[in-house]
Amino acid sequence: MNQLDKELQLIKAKVNAMWELVTAQVSSAREALETANHDLARRVVKRDKKVNTYDSKIDRMCENFFALYNPVAVDLRWVLATLKINANLERIGDSAEGIAQQVREIEGTFSPELLEITRLPEMFTAAQDMLQDAFRAFDDQDTTLARELILRDKLLNKINGKKDRILVKYIQAHPDQIDHCLKMSSVLQKLERIGDQVTNIAEEVIFYVDAKMIKHKSMKKKTKGKKDKPDTGEAPSV
Amino acid sequence: MNSIETKDVHLHYGDFHALKGITMAMKKNQVTAFIGPSGCGKSTYLRCFNRMNDLIDNVKITGEILIDEVDIYAKNIRVDDLRKHVGMVFQKPNPFPKSIFENVAYGLRVDGISDKAFIEERVERSLRHAALWDEVKDKLKKSAFELSGGQQQRLCIARTLAIEPSVVLMDEPASALDPISTAKIEELIHELKKDYTIVIVTHNMQQAGRVSDSTAFFYLGELIEYGKTKTIFTSPKDERTQNYITGRFG
Repeated sequence: MNQLDKELQLIKAKVNAMWELVTAQVSSAREALETANHDLARRVVKRDKKVNTYDSKIDRMCENFFALYNPVAVDLRWVLATLKINANLERIGDSAEGIAQQVREIEGTFSPELLEITRLPEMFTAAQDMLQDAFRAFDDQDTTLARELILRDKLLNKINGKKDRILVKYIQAHPDQIDHCLKMSSVLQKLERIGDQVTNIAEEVIFYVDAKMIKHKSMKKKTKGKKDKPDTGEAPSV
Repeated sequence: MNSIETKDVHLHYGDFHALKGITMAMKKNQVTAFIGPSGCGKSTYLRCFNRMNDLIDNVKITGEILIDEVDIYAKNIRVDDLRKHVGMVFQKPNPFPKSIFENVAYGLRVDGISDKAFIEERVERSLRHAALWDEVKDKLKKSAFELSGGQQQRLCIARTLAIEPSVVLMDEPASALDPISTAKIEELIHELKKDYTIVIVTHNMQQAGRVSDSTAFFYLGELIEYGKTKTIFTSPKDERTQNYITGRFG
């Protein structure tokens, strides 16, 4: 393995570690919310600093890589994609922290009825699965999976889109639950954002593997998955 | 731990003041790159480390140069011994008109070693170290001139390594080579630093970025900036360094 590949491996190892941490943050935030575990929520908030440290470190590693190795073609696309994936992971970390923050402020637990009508558990599961599959797509250079992820984000948008009407009705029936409903609205919004951020990651995977910029294309074009690769070369083996 | 340390080194070629008070320390088992525009003094400074400048008339050197804590300009220093300790690889491959084997064995024979088994073992080890063994092991008796330019340069590196120096100086070692051969030399430099201290002069800033741990920027005989390569290439402190590495002058 040449030095350039070794450097890419070092960046990749750091991104993998960050991905693992962010995934754990989202899982812990969910557990804290479902069990009203304020201590766990506090730990999630505290651990976000570690996510931020990873973010800064990966940014710096990418900056050094650009400056020292002048990457081209697939190496250039990989580092550009990694920079953006890093930024999105950091924001997913912020969303997990935000959810944990809501848990810390809430008194008691959300009622089972509220959880059911807002489809929060379903949304959580979808977001967590998407985050894990995004890692697989990145790791395996699997653009088919990346395109699927873009489609799967629709579910999160749909659930989030219905939340206002559902919560207004619930508040009318349970005026003492306004605080819980506002917090629930915030949590749902954050999960929807996680879906958007995973979509951004999936677009970066497609950019790096297929050399296609799809972020401003229509949903149909994004998910069509034509294999008319315009570029060059294998993806780097990182 | 420092391998090379210089204090207030000045060098004059007659009236021309080529090096102006260079003070710096190069760490052991690291690659240090010297960069700067032509005539900035980087090669002159490099050649101070094995006293190659002694061969030029009207040269005056002042200051102190310590290699492995020994003052190499002290009166009791024998230049032949110094050059066994400080090997050098030049811009153009310069194999001797001998076989591949004899090129690598040359320094050992000059050193008075005649033990055949010892020489064979050292030649193989040096060629392996220079990442050339697999390409030449079946033609060791062939002329060195039959090798490609890149192979000849690695042969010259093997010849340097055979006498087991502590420091290897490289004066633009890949500037006469094609990109593939250059990449091989650069990979080799990464490998060699485990066992040697390497100082490389290069006009190729990307090469300095790829291979070195520390970089020194020279301009008009002065050391302008010296630090970790990552820092020099991402956030240099001096505006002249910034202008040079971004291609705005030089």
